[in-house]
Amino acid sequence: MTRDQPVRLRSRHLLGIDGLEAEEIALILDTADSLAEIATRDIKKVPTLRGKTVVNFFVEPSTRTRSSFEVAEKRLSADTINFSASTSSFAKGETLLDTARNLESMAPDFIVIRHSQPGAPHFLARHCRCSIINAGDGAHEHPTQALLDAYTIRRHKGRLAGLRVAIVGDILNSRVARSNLFLLARMGAQVRLCGPPTLIPPGLERLGAEVHHVLDRAIEGADVVMALRVQLERMHSGAFPSLREYATLYGITSERLKGAASDVIVMHPGPINRGVELAGDVADGERSVILEQVTNGVAVRMAVLYLLAGEIGREAAA
Amino acid sequence: MPSGKRVRIVDAAGIDRALGQLARDVLERNRAFPGVGLVGIRTRGVPLALRLARRLEALGGAAPPSGMLDINLYRDDLSLKAAPHPVLRRTEIPFDIDGARIVLVDDVLFTGRTIRAALDGLMDLGRPDAIQLAVLIDRGHREVPIHADFVGQRVDTARDEQIEVRLAEIDGADEVLLIRAGTSAPEAER
Repeated sequence: MTRDQPVRLRSRHLLGIDGLEAEEIALILDTADSLAEIATRDIKKVPTLRGKTVVNFFVEPSTRTRSSFEVAEKRLSADTINFSASTSSFAKGETLLDTARNLESMAPDFIVIRHSQPGAPHFLARHCRCSIINAGDGAHEHPTQALLDAYTIRRHKGRLAGLRVAIVGDILNSRVARSNLFLLARMGAQVRLCGPPTLIPPGLERLGAEVHHVLDRAIEGADVVMALRVQLERMHSGAFPSLREYATLYGITSERLKGAASDVIVMHPGPINRGVELAGDVADGERSVILEQVTNGVAVRMAVLYLLAGEIGREAAA
Repeated sequence: MPSGKRVRIVDAAGIDRALGQLARDVLERNRAFPGVGLVGIRTRGVPLALRLARRLEALGGAAPPSGMLDINLYRDDLSLKAAPHPVLRRTEIPFDIDGARIVLVDDVLFTGRTIRAALDGLMDLGRPDAIQLAVLIDRGHREVPIHADFVGQRVDTARDEQIEVRLAEIDGADEVLLIRAGTSAPEAER
């Protein structure tokens, strides 16, 4: 029966959280809720995207996001093809447009792209007929990560609106932080961004966030604390304090979590640098939902694929 | 809401009688077997399955467990058109379906395609000993070889008419409407 109001995504691409309406975000999270049950079955597969082809085009290395997409695609019965930076002709100097044209010649229904250049997914969306899903573009956006984080928060807290969420780390270079900020602000959460002054860009207050440089203030009363990964390759850029100094000032420890809400949950997009941004006992402790994030990532990516598949052809046909 | 002429063809008392008949028939057929489970097809099969469970209990049996099944992931028309995919709801079956005798419950049997999808969905969840089908209304016009074991009421319809079952739990009242052709909303009866 289709008596409900039609609820749908407005685009056939998922390029970022910026631009999504609250209803679209809620639709994705609700759909993930319905799909999560499939992971508990003996036969973890439904026929929904039978005959659809997904190209996973990962120009920047990634194990967990690519695996998560691949599991999601396979559970929906889509056919998957993986291209990575090291194996594709991309490493041989082919331009992004040429690569895109070649990928498109195989008539995929989706291209999932991870790229170091911000805007690469948007570029593909302008030149391809298929649906494009951004799996992380430079320091710009990582929409499915923010969606799985929101889904995980909602499962624990029952809501997003009104929650106090502290995001701690290298905000300047983090697409995870950006996408989370867009999403949480749109859904009415109170976002606190915390990190060394050199790693927080100006103007974030205009996007609806509080900015803190002192960890204890950011954590005070927080319902959610999200630690960002310290990218060791950026340690020598001059903007970063030493590892020991960073761990002392911004590392999440049990001691510092005492100031948070008593039912605080601790999140991390992975991979963790234990003892740097997150103490080992916190990562493994009862407040940690880090492995749930990984589980939920599959359901959220299935939801995105399911909903976008319903929109395939609408703009191409228009 | 579709805009065509709407005629009430079954009232609340009629739905009540039909459910009573369904319960007696289900009991009669399965008397020899313990462990019957009901599975309602979302949306309106779910409250119907719950009502049927209460009826079966009132007839002197134990109340059978009742689950709900969303068939949208198994539809055969998902890739047909650039239309939004249907909103997914949760499938929740609170009993072990391996070896169970299952009575699938839906409001209207029309083309049979929903039931085909439901059978595929159930089989992915396990291996029941038997699956039977109970529907409140059978309106004919099958497109696949599907047959109901238990029918509350048969209704003669034209192919382009619509049947709308309204239930108190969802719609605020119990009634069955026949909507004549000429409506603009092409409601998929599934």
